[in-house]
Order: sequence, then structure tokens, then C-alpha cells
Amino acid sequence: MIAYNTAVVLLGCALLGLAAGTVGTFSLLRGRALVADAVGHAALPGVAIAALIVATLGGDPRSLPPLLAGAATAGVLGVLAVQALARTGRIREDAAIAIVLSSFYALGVAILSWLQTQPGAAQAGLSKFILGQAAAMRAEDAVVAASVAGVCLLVCLVMFQRLRAVCFDPDFCRMQGLGVQKVDLLLLGLLVLVCVAGLQAVGLILVVALLVLPAATARLLTFRLPRMLAISAVIGAVCGAAGAWVSALRPEVPTGAAVVLALAAVFTVALLLAPERGLLAQVYTHLRRRLAADTEHFLRAAWEAQEIAGAGPGTAGDRWAPIGAVAAARGWRIGRARRLAFWLAQRGLVARADGNVHLTPRGAAAARRAVRAHRAVEHHLLAAGATDIASADRLADLVEHGLPPEMAARLLPEPSALPASPHQLGERRP
Amino acid sequence: MTIRDFLMLDLPPLLAALMAGATCGLLGSFLVLRRESLVGDALSHAVLPGIVLAFAITGARSGLPMLVGAMAAGLLAVVLISVVQRAARLDPGAAIGAIFTTFFAIGLVLMETTGARSVDLDLDCVLFGQLETLVWAQAEGLHSLVDPVALEGLPRQLGLLAGVGLVVAVVVAALWRPLKLICFDPGYAAALGMPSRALEFGLALLVAAAAVAAFESVGSILVVAMLVCPAAALRLMTDRYGAQVLGGAALGAALGGVGYALAGPVPAALGLDISLNAAGVIGTLGGVMVAVAALVRAGVRRARVVTA
Repeated sequence: MIAYNTAVVLLGCALLGLAAGTVGTFSLLRGRALVADAVGHAALPGVAIAALIVATLGGDPRSLPPLLAGAATAGVLGVLAVQALARTGRIREDAAIAIVLSSFYALGVAILSWLQTQPGAAQAGLSKFILGQAAAMRAEDAVVAASVAGVCLLVCLVMFQRLRAVCFDPDFCRMQGLGVQKVDLLLLGLLVLVCVAGLQAVGLILVVALLVLPAATARLLTFRLPRMLAISAVIGAVCGAAGAWVSALRPEVPTGAAVVLALAAVFTVALLLAPERGLLAQVYTHLRRRLAADTEHFLRAAWEAQEIAGAGPGTAGDRWAPIGAVAAARGWRIGRARRLAFWLAQRGLVARADGNVHLTPRGAAAARRAVRAHRAVEHHLLAAGATDIASADRLADLVEHGLPPEMAARLLPEPSALPASPHQLGERRP
Repeated sequence: MTIRDFLMLDLPPLLAALMAGATCGLLGSFLVLRRESLVGDALSHAVLPGIVLAFAITGARSGLPMLVGAMAAGLLAVVLISVVQRAARLDPGAAIGAIFTTFFAIGLVLMETTGARSVDLDLDCVLFGQLETLVWAQAEGLHSLVDPVALEGLPRQLGLLAGVGLVVAVVVAALWRPLKLICFDPGYAAALGMPSRALEFGLALLVAAAAVAAFESVGSILVVAMLVCPAAALRLMTDRYGAQVLGGAALGAALGGVGYALAGPVPAALGLDISLNAAGVIGTLGGVMVAVAALVRAGVRRARVVTA
């Protein structure tokens, strides 16, 4: 049975992940992903100064709301500093982010080191904000973080249309008078709030991951915004809770690291296996296209080998062509041509015997289409003024694939006939 | 404070701060000019797993394996950033954010699970730097500076920093013009047939090496301040390549030296009871320097507008 405290903390982390996934999606699409990095690091001096003030006033320096208020103030100052530096025109936004995050963080480190030499317990437990420690969270802390996250989520839902418009077409928004700057400010405010809410659970160094990784994962999986928001929010929630759970079981593992590793694992899986944008899918598509191109090249070379052997243009298709001649015409190694011949035989496009291939009726039809497409492009290029036949041949090799027959017919002078090749057939010229 | 105290307690950290500042400042200009400041940020975080793994395998905090591990991790991070950026069609910032946080998290977890932390490499060093812990126990007086036996007792971080600094300086001097070209016109450099990719990876390797060398003295995160702040401040003040690059190194060294002095020795000499984390003061000073440069620039421009 999970203790009440743990259950509340887990729920809080899940809600935090939900909000971070949602806000992160918008900030990713608006190209602001790393502003969160600056905000997170910038929070350190805010937390330290807030603890100092609270301790001086005699309050409990561990109570969360003042610390978060300090963090939020410092975060806003950090964002303003980034914008001011970027406005100089000399320092671009990326350098501004690096400057702000490092110098604010450094200020925090200096203040912390000073606090440590002071009497009193102002600095106690502040370093847990750096790497996050969900195990040390009290239920009321989780409630504070979760309510901040909840507010962000609500604002995102209410302002959905505006945010979407600004993310996808800021120029259109400007023309419509939709107040791009206001919406941008709102987004930055949400970013600061989510970062601040995540400080105690994830820590200020890694809180940026909570905003970037779920959104980046969702971006791999879908092209539609509502779906992207949903996926990103769910991933954020699940990984947030999972990370907090791991670090509740093993307190020596910083929660931030656990959350980030969970997010990174999901991202890696998506990067490899995503249906369209995944690396495996891309490799598969690439290989399939290459095989399709090779198939057309093979069939055309087999057809043209017969034309060389004496079949008139348009009547080839009933003779045997040596695989060696096909390989020579394409400039392939013989092994590659043999493997292709085997593959085409499996697909029923050619018959093989003694190192020769014979086009089946289906293969002959496909070969005729390929030859027509190739010559159509060649004729078109020559008619358009290309003088170098060899390079027209090469260029046609690249663009003929996927050229539909109707298109080939429009490019050819006589739509019905299969024209002769404009150049000599045979071995591939170097 | 006697000379012996200075040599023993203040000289090693001061030297470390100066060398780290100069090395990072020299490289920082290329990052800023190439609009890759965040790559510096990413690299300084991403070398952590390499350092921890090298430490776990060799069992000692010796310079060379850590350097190799860190450079391998840095290179892997740069490659992964470009793969993720292209495959997932993210903008560069998002790809950097995705990769460096992952590397840093792996480093943290490795630190806990391999036991590297308990022995010698601790989290405070990563987060806050440990300039103050560099001491030269064998120093007895000025004559120790020429005494080979005593010199051997210098903290070995200084040797690593000096070595990396020297390599960086030699490489920058040797590749002065090609580096200039890939900063200002990468397209033209490629058209000339320069190995731009190799140069880019070489630059990333140097930054990773500087990050690991500076890591032990200023910590993982404040390396970024040393890389970017001097270069950015000069970017606001000069348009000349030579001044930018060499000035970056000088400003970086000055930042390190002045920052260290302000953190401990100067208040102590004034009789104040303040001792701050040196890395923190160095980083803060870096930010102040950029802010001052920006304000001066704005002031100069306004003055020009008024007189015109």
C-alpha cells in the first residue's frame, strides 16, 4: 500500500508532467524550447534570496510558497535579461540564454556559499532544488506544485486558439491584430510557472527536459496539434510519476535524473520506431525506393539489351538477355545484378536460366513503361534544349521513377509509340 | 598573509582560474561567432557521463582517461544532436535540450550507481566547482617555485589545464584563417573545399577538452559562463576578428583571476569576514561584464545619435 504522502507526491508529479507536456508543446512549436533552460537556472538566486528573507523575518525557510515566488521572480528577470540582450542585435538569443543561465546560476551559487557561512538554517535543503528530490517533498508541497501546474493547464486550454495561431502563423496573427506579443508573453509566463512548479520535483538543471522531451517525442509521432498536445501531456505525466516513483524507492537517485531518463527512453523508442519520422521508417522508405528504382533500371536494361541484340524498338520482350549485359549497361557489379534478378524472379517479373533473364508478360509490361518513362524524360530534356545527351540520360535516370504513364505520354511527340533511344545503347559510359 | 600562505593556498586556484578562463575565452569567440553558444552549454553538461565512466573504469581521478572519456562523450553528444535534429526535424535548440539533459542525467545516475561519487568525484564539484580545494602543500617559500621536487606537488589539475590550454592555443594559431572562414562564411569555406565538417568536429572536441579541464576547477555548469561571457562582451565592443578572439582569451583570464580574488583573498586582505564560492563569483562577474558592455554600447550609440 502506498503511503498517503507518496501517493500525493506521485499525483502531483503526474499533474506537473501533464502541464509541462502541454506548455512544452507550444514552446517547442514557437521555437522557445531552451528559454526554459535559462528560466530553470535563473531560479537559483531567487530561491536563495527568498530563503534568506524568510529566515531573516523569522519564518520557516522551508515553506514552499515564498521560495517558489522567489524562483518565479528570478525566472521572469532571467527571461527579461535574455530579451534585453537579444535586442542589442549583436548577441543572438542562443548566446543570451547561455549568458543568463550561467551568470544567474553563478550568482545563486555565490549566495548559497555565503549563506552556508551564516548562522541559522536559511540554506538548509536548498541544494535539493538543483537536482530535485521528490522523496523529500511533503504532501502540501506537492499540492502547491500541482495547483500551479493545474492553472497552467487551464490557461493553455482556454487560450488554445490564440496559442495555436501564434505558433503556426505569427505573421497572420499580426495582420489580424491578434496581439502576438501578448500571446508570447503569456507563453513565457506559463513557461516560468511550469519551471517553478517543477523545481522541487525535477530540479532546476533538468527541468528543461520536462518541457522539451515530451513535446519532441510527440512531434515524432503525429502531425496534428491536438494529438500532439495529448501525446505530449500523457508522456509528461507518466514519466513524471515514474521518475518520482523510482526516486521514492531509491532516494539516492535524484528525481530529476530519473524523470529525464524515463523521458529519454520514450523519446529514443519514438525516434527509432515512429511510423513516419522514425529512423527505422526512414531507412525502410529509403531502401524501398532504392529497390523500386533498381527494379525499373534492371527491367529497362534487360529490354534495351534485347533491342541491342536486334529486336526493333517497341518489339523487344521475347528474347533472353544476359545478366552480364544488364550489369554492364547499369555499371553494376555482376553480383548485384544477380541478386536483383533473383528478387525479380521471386516477384514473377522475369524468368532466369543460365545467367540470362527473360521478361515475363508482366515484367515486359513494366519494362515497357520504364523505357517509355525514361525516353520521355530524355526527349523532353533534349527538346527543351539540352545538348549533352549523356547528362540527359543521367538526369532521366533520377527523375523517371514515379513518372505516371499519362505524363510520359504528354512528354513524347507520339503518345502511342515507344520511341527509339536518342543515344546509343550498351555499356554505361563513365 | 605570508608568501608561503599565498603560494600554498592562493597560487594554485589562481593559476587554475586564469588558465581555465583563458582557454575557454579563446574558444568562446568561435562558439559565439558561429552561433553555437548553446553547443558549449550542451558540451559542458554532456561530458559528465564520460568523466564518470572513465573514473569508474580506471578507479582514479587521473587526467588523461577522464579527458578521453569526456571527449568521447562530447563527440557522441554533438553527433546525436545533429542526428536528432535531422531525423526529428526539431529546431537546433530543442535537439540540444533533448540530448544534453539526457547525457547529464545519465552522468548523475552513473555517479550514484558506480560508486564514483563516494570516493573522490562528488556532486558538489560538478555543481559548484572546487577551486578552493586546490592547494600546493609542498610550497615553503619563493624558492619552491624553482624547486623541481616541490613543483611536483602542484595539483595535477593544473597540469591538465596547462596541457589543454597549450593544445587549444596551438590549434587556434595553426588554423587561424580556416577558423575565421568557417565563422563568417561557412558556405564559402565549403566551396573552397575546406573540410568544414572536420573543422566543426575539431572545434567541438576542443570545447569538450576545455570543458573537462575547467570542470574540476569551476564545475560543470559555470564552464558555460567562461565560454560565452567574455566572447559575448567583446562581441558588443569590437568588430575585429583578432581583437575578438585574442581579447576573448585575455578577458577570460582576467575574469578568472579577478573573480577568484574577489571571492576570498581580497575581502580577507581587507579584513572582511566574507568568503564566497569562487566559481560563483567568476560566473556572476561574467554576467555583470556582459551587462556593462551592453549598457556602454547602448550609451555610445545614443550619444552618436544625439551628436549626429
